[in-house]
Amino acid sequence: MAEALILAVKIAIATMFVLNLAGLLTWAERRQSAFIQDRLGPNRASVFGIRLIGLLHPVADGIKMIMKEDFIPAGADRVVHTIAPFIALFPAFVAYAVIPFGDRLPIFGYDVNLVVSDINIGLLFVVAVMSIAIFGIFLGGWASNNKWSLLGALRSAAQMISYEVTLGLTIIGILMVYESVRLDEIVRAQGDLLFGFIPKWGIVTQPIGFLLFFAAAMAESKRTPFDLPEGESEIVAGYFLEYSGMKFGMFFMGEFAEIVVIAGIIASLFLGGWQIPWVTTEMLLKAFPGWLVALIQIGVFSAKVVALCWLQLTIRWTLPRFRYDQLMRLGWKMLLPISLANIFVTGLVILLLQ
Amino acid sequence: MADLTKELHTECMTLQMGPSHPAMHGTVKMIVDIDGEEIHSVKPEVGYLHRGFEKMCENSTYHQVIPFTDRLNYVSPFINNVGYAMAVEKLLGIEVPERCKYLRVLACEISRISDHLTCLGASGMELAAFSVLLYSIEAREWMWELVEALSGARLTTTWARIGGVAYDMPDGFERKAREELEKVKRLVEDMRGLLEKNRIFYDRMRGTGVLEANDCLAYGVTGPCLRAAGVYYDVRKAKPYLVYDRLDFEVPLGKSGDNYDKFVVRVLEIYQSIRIIEQALEQIPAGPIAVDDPKITLPPKQEVYTSIGALVHHFNIIVKGIRPPKGEAYFAVEGGNGELGFYVVSDGSDKPWKCRCRGPCFPIVQAVPKMLEGAMVADVVPTFGMVNMIGGEMDR
Repeated sequence: MAEALILAVKIAIATMFVLNLAGLLTWAERRQSAFIQDRLGPNRASVFGIRLIGLLHPVADGIKMIMKEDFIPAGADRVVHTIAPFIALFPAFVAYAVIPFGDRLPIFGYDVNLVVSDINIGLLFVVAVMSIAIFGIFLGGWASNNKWSLLGALRSAAQMISYEVTLGLTIIGILMVYESVRLDEIVRAQGDLLFGFIPKWGIVTQPIGFLLFFAAAMAESKRTPFDLPEGESEIVAGYFLEYSGMKFGMFFMGEFAEIVVIAGIIASLFLGGWQIPWVTTEMLLKAFPGWLVALIQIGVFSAKVVALCWLQLTIRWTLPRFRYDQLMRLGWKMLLPISLANIFVTGLVILLLQ
Repeated sequence: MADLTKELHTECMTLQMGPSHPAMHGTVKMIVDIDGEEIHSVKPEVGYLHRGFEKMCENSTYHQVIPFTDRLNYVSPFINNVGYAMAVEKLLGIEVPERCKYLRVLACEISRISDHLTCLGASGMELAAFSVLLYSIEAREWMWELVEALSGARLTTTWARIGGVAYDMPDGFERKAREELEKVKRLVEDMRGLLEKNRIFYDRMRGTGVLEANDCLAYGVTGPCLRAAGVYYDVRKAKPYLVYDRLDFEVPLGKSGDNYDKFVVRVLEIYQSIRIIEQALEQIPAGPIAVDDPKITLPPKQEVYTSIGALVHHFNIIVKGIRPPKGEAYFAVEGGNGELGFYVVSDGSDKPWKCRCRGPCFPIVQAVPKMLEGAMVADVVPTFGMVNMIGGEMDR
């Protein structure tokens, strides 16, 4: 009974974390882009005169999307058209099931592992689930019976499959260093110190891998400079052109949820997840009760995730968009060879250190 | 495998880009045949903004045409005003006073800056560099404040008059202009910082939308697009009008005629325009702002109220208009996008018998299929952005 209750709480925390952060990001993106562009950004939505620096805008947005007409174009495949946004949205939530929020901690007498599901293939599960999102995008674009959508779908399929190769190969470097595919073990291993004083974070052991993973993950999330499937000035809005109402909202949320997931994975793999540099869980547990340590670790993890989200938003508002052939060249001719070289060098270094 | 591809029936997909497409600002349609991402053929379809400018002119007095010219290139209306007024002045055989010439130069260059800023910002936005658009819009706002100070309107300026200009510059204009030009310079620097050495932007622009010098001349392309191909032709230098021969400025030239060169030429022209404005502000003499001919210019309002002669002249010009002698005149000025010419034919009446406008956009848009030979779908966007088609001017 207690086990089930703990699991339910963990699921609720993970889901709410993604949902709320994604909702908040829609606001943050507008606000931040506004500051980059020397404007004020959203500040109009008010409830009884309370504006909260535009924080009510995501709420207003949600209400608007639910109230809007749900339009299915003539000649569209109705079933696929309807299912597609669900497929696009759900992987982002599922992926968070294996991302650890904190260490295994004694909380109120229970031994709680702060991860929803510590399955033994954690990292592979994330990659597998994330690639399901392609189907949502691709089917959505194809089922819309629109030439622009079809172009967007084709672009997204080519782009996401190409960059997934780099994504997968970069992860291999991490697996070699930490010798585990379990995300909680990878994070725990990052608490060690290198040469006695440098935290053994992924970004230290795999600096090239970090950059590659970040670039490939941004390409996966289909945001500028990789927003070719959307390309609003070229192919109008690409794959979600024929979507309205909450179905569009789901694609929209999916994009932001994916930012959160990418930030979560990068934080776990390269930035030590819930680890605080030079402070181990044992040291924390000596000073604080278990529940407070859990809160501290969740807070640290969230801070890293938010910082990475911010970084992604900033990149999105600074760079222009690639062209299709340039994107492919970057993916196959630059990122892929570098990631292969990264694996080779990592292996060499590990061999030499043994 | 070879047999498989033979049997596979493939055909090009026809895309109707526009008239309501995010990149087709100014309302135009591109009928694009694509093979995957590659373009097979492009056909621009123009005429969506046709309002019968030339026919309207034939039914209006010479002065009544001026408001129509605002709507030609609506991003730089001063240049259109001045171009038309000077064509009619050539027909009349009159010379405007010195101060008026300097004021016109000022106005034209302010318009040119706002024109280029719009073009650069919009094409930045179409490559998804949205921030650049808002920087350039902010810079353009400073320019439009100057436009407003000069003419009282932001877009529909109707500022030039045949034989002069409507208003002198207001008090404090000079200081304000200098201040705002500084701000524009800073914002243009920001824009350059974001784009010029940006690898993605460079790759998107370099080598795309190439129109070489020979093709430019064959199509009749003028303006930044021609200069980007390395041809030294600027109406301000080739056939100096107003006081451009007394002002020190350079004509930036590109080499290859691709989108990147067009971009750089436009950026550099902004700096040259700022130079021209600064010189004009220094050199501008005192004096009248319109010719002192009661048959051509309206008398001052105060005199209209107090003297019968002025009242009669005022009445005559308003009701009967001016009557140039029989003949024809062509006058070209350097517009934001190239040579903007007005060809006016008079039959001696108060209305132009024919008023033809040679807008620079029309030949450039004709050349778009040439620029996009063998390009990709995504290249349509920067190429068309750098063409800077203004619907009002092309379709008239």
